[in-house]
Amino acid sequence: MIDIPFSRTKFWHYITRAALYITLIVGMFIFMLPIFVVINTSLKDPAAINLATTWALPAQLHWQSYVEVIEEFGPRIWNSITLVTNATLLSAIIGSLNGYVLSKWRIAGERILFPLILLGMFIPYQGILIPLFEFMRDARLYGGIPGLIIIHTIYGLPITTLIFRNFYVEIPDEMLEAAAIDGAGFWEIYTQIVFPLSVSGFVVVIIWQFTQIWNEFLFAVTMTTGASEPITVGLAQLAGGQAVHWNLPMAGAVVAALPPIVVYLILSRYFIRGLLAGSIKA
Amino acid sequence: MAGLVIEKLSKNFGKTAALSNVSLTIKDSEFLILLGPTGAGKTTTLRCVAGLEKPNQGTIEMDGRLITKLSPAERDVAFVFQSYALYPRKTVFQNMSFPLEARKLSQTEIEQRVNEIARKLAIDGLLNRRPAQLSGGQQQRVALGRAMVRQPRLFLMDEPLTNLDFTLRVEMRAELKRLQNELAATFFYVTNDQVEAMSMADRIAILDHGVLQQVDTPENVYNHPANLFVAGFVGNPRMNFLDCRIDKNARVIVGKDDLWRISLTRSLFEKVAQHKGGGEAVFGIRPEDVELSNEAETDMIRAEVYVVEPLGDRTIVDMRLGSEIIKVKVAPNFEAASGDSLGMQFDSERFHVFDKSSGEIII
Repeated sequence: MIDIPFSRTKFWHYITRAALYITLIVGMFIFMLPIFVVINTSLKDPAAINLATTWALPAQLHWQSYVEVIEEFGPRIWNSITLVTNATLLSAIIGSLNGYVLSKWRIAGERILFPLILLGMFIPYQGILIPLFEFMRDARLYGGIPGLIIIHTIYGLPITTLIFRNFYVEIPDEMLEAAAIDGAGFWEIYTQIVFPLSVSGFVVVIIWQFTQIWNEFLFAVTMTTGASEPITVGLAQLAGGQAVHWNLPMAGAVVAALPPIVVYLILSRYFIRGLLAGSIKA
Repeated sequence: MAGLVIEKLSKNFGKTAALSNVSLTIKDSEFLILLGPTGAGKTTTLRCVAGLEKPNQGTIEMDGRLITKLSPAERDVAFVFQSYALYPRKTVFQNMSFPLEARKLSQTEIEQRVNEIARKLAIDGLLNRRPAQLSGGQQQRVALGRAMVRQPRLFLMDEPLTNLDFTLRVEMRAELKRLQNELAATFFYVTNDQVEAMSMADRIAILDHGVLQQVDTPENVYNHPANLFVAGFVGNPRMNFLDCRIDKNARVIVGKDDLWRISLTRSLFEKVAQHKGGGEAVFGIRPEDVELSNEAETDMIRAEVYVVEPLGDRTIVDMRLGSEIIKVKVAPNFEAASGDSLGMQFDSERFHVFDKSSGEIII
């Protein structure tokens, strides 16, 4: 008698749990489908690829497409790596310094300066494409990776400045005041006190910037030519044309998607560790 | 010329005045405690001396040198923060050596000094730990150690014991006093804990709403408060304040509704006679200067026991007299229960009378 209401609630608990999991699993399958198709197709013999057998697994694993993609796009992958590491590190370091100054030092016009920097986040790429192109050409920076590094560094500054500023606001002022009394100057306070506390801030910024710049296409296609193109531009060329060999763009897509995933997998561990260390505790 | 001289210091935050016209001299090797309630401007004073805050007006002199415009690093003061402000990514050794490294001392001298101070503070076994691995008391010692390695002329301390638990706080009080003696350094210490101030200070400066109320030895602050605020702030339980009237003709102080009277001795009357204000005043008497008696003597005031608080080493009895409550400190074996009617007598000399409007002391 007594446990009837109890078991009834328990019954409904299981029903709602089951419904939740079924919904989530179905959702997961839907989202994973394109990834399945990409990987599945990339491993098929080009001759075996057609619409009727899209869902069928490859009869035999055909790695040749990956070899071809890497042979053809090796230099472009290297371009992307050069671009992304330089632009990410530059924008992270400058953003960190910006955040340090904006959060911890009283400077004239800060109330105007900071919102102005943030405005940069809302300028659409298309809006400045033509003037940017003309400027870069006049500055003799058009056509190569160095020019693209400068563009992405500057375009990344608003977001990296914002992230670091909000991160540094959490560091108690007293800690920096203690360092100032102990005799440390502007740079010593940054390198000795602030920078060592920035690990998780840098991880967030690096993951964000790496993904953004790696995936970026519009500036890349406008500002680079031929041998200096990054991977995103090369990938687009694979998919163009009349008779498409689907195995190549699919394998290319997998190769191009890997680096950001690897970066995330490596850094996310440090990210969580940084949060757990409780380094910033007053 | 030695020590610290603060002259007419004023500091505003926007429109609110945090400090107005504070002048204070700290002698060489003196332990001076700045005491006041939260928001009185104590920390602001200390931060102005450290150079973390720019005063709107006034000057600060240390050892005869004007330091008002110098940067914190140039002032050669050490600061111990309430939150300790240790560097979390540095070990205890690195925390303590940081001020010496910033001053470019040789590595051997740095090691020697850090080890010496660490031994003195009994933290020499913790030098390789990070602040997060230390207890509150140990962190507090590291913060002190970081201040001490520099051998500064002046130590500024902002409520350094507030975050410690009670036992440790009592222990550290004695230890700080010992350290100050041993270092023969000047300590400028801020707290809102009057027990801390009474037990450690050579002199106490009491601050309220950015205005300095009194600067004197703990004994004088307790026995001769300058005004109503100081009288009420120092002492636990605090001084009893009763409404009263000064009757200059009869040479007596008359209680509210004429429930009690206390006659003035000649010397006390002379002070009252000089006072020009009106007859309305505030009578102040400390709980230990009131006597209670079970025997019905005629010259005693009759009052009713309201609450009895036994505290172990003493008992506090709250007496109700008309609409007012008077706290009385009695021996722990004193027997009384709520509702009892007892005789009560004020000490004939150990009491104060304050001007009602200005709060200034009359007697």
